Amino acid sequence: MAYKTHVSSLSAFEKGVIELKDDLRKYAFSNVFEVASHSPPFERTAVAQNLEYVAEVMRVDGESPWYAAPHDEFAIVMDGEITFNFVKLADAQVPSHAGGAAQLGAKPNGPTMGRVRARRGHQVLLPKGAAYQLTSAAPGVVLVQTMDGPVTTKRWSDICTLS
Amino acid sequence: MDVQSSKVVAIGTNPDTGYDSFRLGQFTFRRDEYFAHIEWPKGSHIIEIDRFLRAMVRDIGWGFFYGWIFFDDIFGTTNHYGTVDVFAGAYDQGCKDQGIDHLETFPAEVVKDAFETISRNWINEGYDPLSAPLETGSPLGSKTRERTDPLVRGFQSATRMLGLEGDAPVRSDATGHPINRAFADLEFDKPDIECEPGFEGQLHAINLFDHIARADVTWNPSFTAITGASICCVTSEEHMLPVIHGNDRNEWFIQLTDEIHWQIADKNSGLPRGRIVMKAGDVCAMPADIRHQGFSPKRSMLMVMENGTPGLELRYASGELKPYPVDFG
Ligand SMILES: [Fe+2]
Repeated sequence: MAYKTHVSSLSAFEKGVIELKDDLRKYAFSNVFEVASHSPPFERTAVAQNLEYVAEVMRVDGESPWYAAPHDEFAIVMDGEITFNFVKLADAQVPSHAGGAAQLGAKPNGPTMGRVRARRGHQVLLPKGAAYQLTSAAPGVVLVQTMDGPVTTKRWSDICTLS
Repeated sequence: MDVQSSKVVAIGTNPDTGYDSFRLGQFTFRRDEYFAHIEWPKGSHIIEIDRFLRAMVRDIGWGFFYGWIFFDDIFGTTNHYGTVDVFAGAYDQGCKDQGIDHLETFPAEVVKDAFETISRNWINEGYDPLSAPLETGSPLGSKTRERTDPLVRGFQSATRMLGLEGDAPVRSDATGHPINRAFADLEFDKPDIECEPGFEGQLHAINLFDHIARADVTWNPSFTAITGASICCVTSEEHMLPVIHGNDRNEWFIQLTDEIHWQIADKNSGLPRGRIVMKAGDVCAMPADIRHQGFSPKRSMLMVMENGTPGLELRYASGELKPYPVDFG
């Protein structure tokens, strides 16, 4: 038998259902494409949180600010084609806050490390010690594994199914 | 907590089926052509053998995973990370009310050894409980020949990220993992990595969907990327999760492709709370006070986010942490 794999996108997604005799806030049921379709570009909206750790959804459209974190982060491209640009940070430039991405004022001084062009299903290392920028000619979506940080946006009541 | 250190013992061979029976503590395990039979001082229980072996082999491979692994509503294990409870009816309201429930605690190694011994004896060549039912033979019937290959596989865990030099490899044709039939309609390309001179090897990206599409195991999450104690696991899911998972912490599901139907019940009593159908792109928390079981009509890709902080289970158990992850403010 031939199988048809269902993969959603910004232009075609359908949220599932949650039917529970329980407080639905405990389940924080959202959809990354729905979140991205209602987000301004590069807002980093938390869709999963385990204490100090989060997964953020980001709509990528145009050129993002530059970011850096004091730990490794990982981005999974969920839709579109996204270019990740990397600049090496000197030790003194590596952010020292507790965790999560910090937004930099501008492209940091430092050598260009290179770039990764990634499409749906690709997972990209955003290594500690590097600053990164995301760019896309058309709207795309990434899911970022990181920590709850200075630019993490929380709008759970907007994104979650509550009844 | 009283910890039993007595190891599993074989207590005889059934002359008709050829399978051995075993004793672990006060539990005995016996199989026939269709079923596993478990007995303890005040009760007994029957589990369909395919379900039993699918659960038991995963429980070994997961290292008893996080919290409660219910083989069904009655029998299962609880991980205390060093010791493991084996229980029957201890989280079933009916058994509790009748006072026939039973729980014994063993060193984890003793339970692992017992489950391996039982599985080894009860699994015949041609049957692989880690494969989807459409991809393997039947476990039914009398004993034929025992398998000689490893019972568990697919648990190779990344320490930083899959595919980095010195870390766990990404699956490929070369590692003996062809694309599964259920994902043959997808196109898989590689990310383009361009490193400037002097930075070779410092940038890294993989096709994660390709890696999942090549999994030769189901319901078998393995680590792909780690941020501190936050663990991203991915897994391919087909047919049903052969256990019911009751976590000792909150976990998150991110459905990457297709859909999974989850049945949700109260962790302690087993009373049903309802269901969740997750479609591609959906994100949902599994709170720490429920048990959940998934059903995937077509093989699907699932990401699981776990928090591996040591001792977290005690902070949830004591009530210091709430059994759900998000503060709506
Ligand atoms: Fe689970």
